[in-house]
Amino acid sequence: MRAPAGTLAASRRRRFDIWDALIRFVLIVASLACLLPLVHVASKSFSSDAFVIANKVYLWPKGFTIEAYKKIFADVSILRSFYISVLVTVLFTLLGMIITICAAYPLSRPQLKGRKALTFLFLFTMYFSGGIIPDYMLMNNLGLLDTIWSLILPLSFSAYNLLIMKSSMSNSIPISLEESARIDGAGHFRILWSIVLPLSKPILATLSLFYAVGRWIAYQDALFYIKQNVDLRPLQLKLYYLVIQASESFQLEAAQVQLSNPEVLKASCVIFATVPILCIYPFIQKYFVQGAMLGAVKE
Amino acid sequence: MKVESASSNVETALKRVKADSRGAAYYLRRDWQLYLLLLIPLSFVLVFKYAPMSGLVIAFKDYKIARGFWGSEWVGFEVFNQVFAKPDFGRAVRNTLLLNSLDLVFSFTMPIVLALLLNEVRSVRFKRVNQTLLYLPHFLSWVIIGAIAYQLLAEGNGVVNNLIEMMGGKRVPFLQEDAYWLVSYVAIGVWQSMGWGTILYLAAMSGINPEMYEAAIVDGAGRWRKIWNVTLPSIRVTIVTLLILNLGKVMAGSFERVLALQNKATTEYSTTIEVLVYRWGLEGGNFSRATAIGLFQAVVGLVLVLAADRVAKRLGDDGVI
Repeated sequence: MRAPAGTLAASRRRRFDIWDALIRFVLIVASLACLLPLVHVASKSFSSDAFVIANKVYLWPKGFTIEAYKKIFADVSILRSFYISVLVTVLFTLLGMIITICAAYPLSRPQLKGRKALTFLFLFTMYFSGGIIPDYMLMNNLGLLDTIWSLILPLSFSAYNLLIMKSSMSNSIPISLEESARIDGAGHFRILWSIVLPLSKPILATLSLFYAVGRWIAYQDALFYIKQNVDLRPLQLKLYYLVIQASESFQLEAAQVQLSNPEVLKASCVIFATVPILCIYPFIQKYFVQGAMLGAVKE
Repeated sequence: MKVESASSNVETALKRVKADSRGAAYYLRRDWQLYLLLLIPLSFVLVFKYAPMSGLVIAFKDYKIARGFWGSEWVGFEVFNQVFAKPDFGRAVRNTLLLNSLDLVFSFTMPIVLALLLNEVRSVRFKRVNQTLLYLPHFLSWVIIGAIAYQLLAEGNGVVNNLIEMMGGKRVPFLQEDAYWLVSYVAIGVWQSMGWGTILYLAAMSGINPEMYEAAIVDGAGRWRKIWNVTLPSIRVTIVTLLILNLGKVMAGSFERVLALQNKATTEYSTTIEVLVYRWGLEGGNFSRATAIGLFQAVVGLVLVLAADRVAKRLGDDGVI
């Protein structure tokens, strides 16, 4: 009896061996691979043109300057794109949450007649859709092309998020709690507002972030729907034209005195668009991990 | 006792019959608030998800904008025959399958390896810092990732090529030549998803009973035997389920990723079905042809997903639906 317990204790206090070191080394390499590309681009964005052209910048700025950022903040079209992205993300998240709550609460009530058929109707959209062209024609017919509503309305219903909220509401909220509220005379609106929603705060936070980050980083629909009215381009689409396609140049306030290196400007654009995500990332990561696991329960 | 319970069973059964015979009006009146709430999402789904499906009929018409949706002529499968005859079509199907298969080989296995390694680390802090960094790429948009990729891998002034040259090597056209582009595309996909993919495996591993490891130690198992005989079998269900579900998505597109990474020099492997839909339809104005190829992709994709789900269910796990 005593011998195995002894080995156990010994093994728990096991020495840090060569394999531990090797495993940690591999993990550090993988983590640095995720971090260093951003560090390099950030360093470039703060470096002066000469050093960048000479390929001298690695992981620290050389000839520190914020000239490129001054140009970004002088470019009205980039700032406007940022504003459009913020506006669209806020409206989209609000609408998405309202729609998801309005679908998830009724569908999580066992007494709802036709629950199965309705759930199928909602979830089928995960597996089959009209596709790019039919969606585009709908936007055209509704007159939503080149409006911010084309970026808000079509994607605001997400079957995946509905699935997460529905299973959370039917698992975490005891039916007896609802019943006692009904005996006290509360209707469904009342129950939803004063019992279910306050109890669902963590999942509400998670899904709001899913909606918000998903909207912030997407650019496909904007590429399709925002064509003529260039003022309505969200930030990611603006970046696509500016950096990837390089078909647009920076609108500089004054006439260009010095010829600047586009690489530095591109780098600073990347950082400008990434900083908002980086700022909130440490705080939202935990909600995302929880959400990913909740989604897998049913997937 | 027995008789009583039997009679109460009959009673509940009777009640159920009675309840079922009640008309829809009864339920509408009783739960009107629930149905009223459902009206909001229902109208969104009908307008923005189901209404576009009717637009699919233009795949069977010779759609002319001047004639409109209704006025255009029916042509049966004529458009499909045209599409299938195009060399671009075969290439696009090949590329879609190729890119997804390579993802399946590399992007699918890497998270398993990383999760096994993370699970071996006992320091909570070391683990948490690593996870935070590894999850980071998942939060970046494909435009940003594409821009970073060009900053790093460009042939002329990318930092990776600068380093290669410094060490005496030759510059590599990572993103500017077809075969290299394919490798870069897959590698960037691994980079973006490897950390995030570990979450489900780590969750499965945290559910392993520590006594299993202790029993293995008593039996004289070392580190690798424990991984092989305890950890891996415990996440087998997760691995198999995710593998099957990913197999079902082998026809799906990743348009944003392809578009952000491709350029005019690398069309050989980057022309996927969705790229064709975009080029033929939204850039070229041939809506019928673009819809037809999109419909082809959607139908094949649906069949694959449903088949994958059936297989996953047969293996004893919960399916997707």
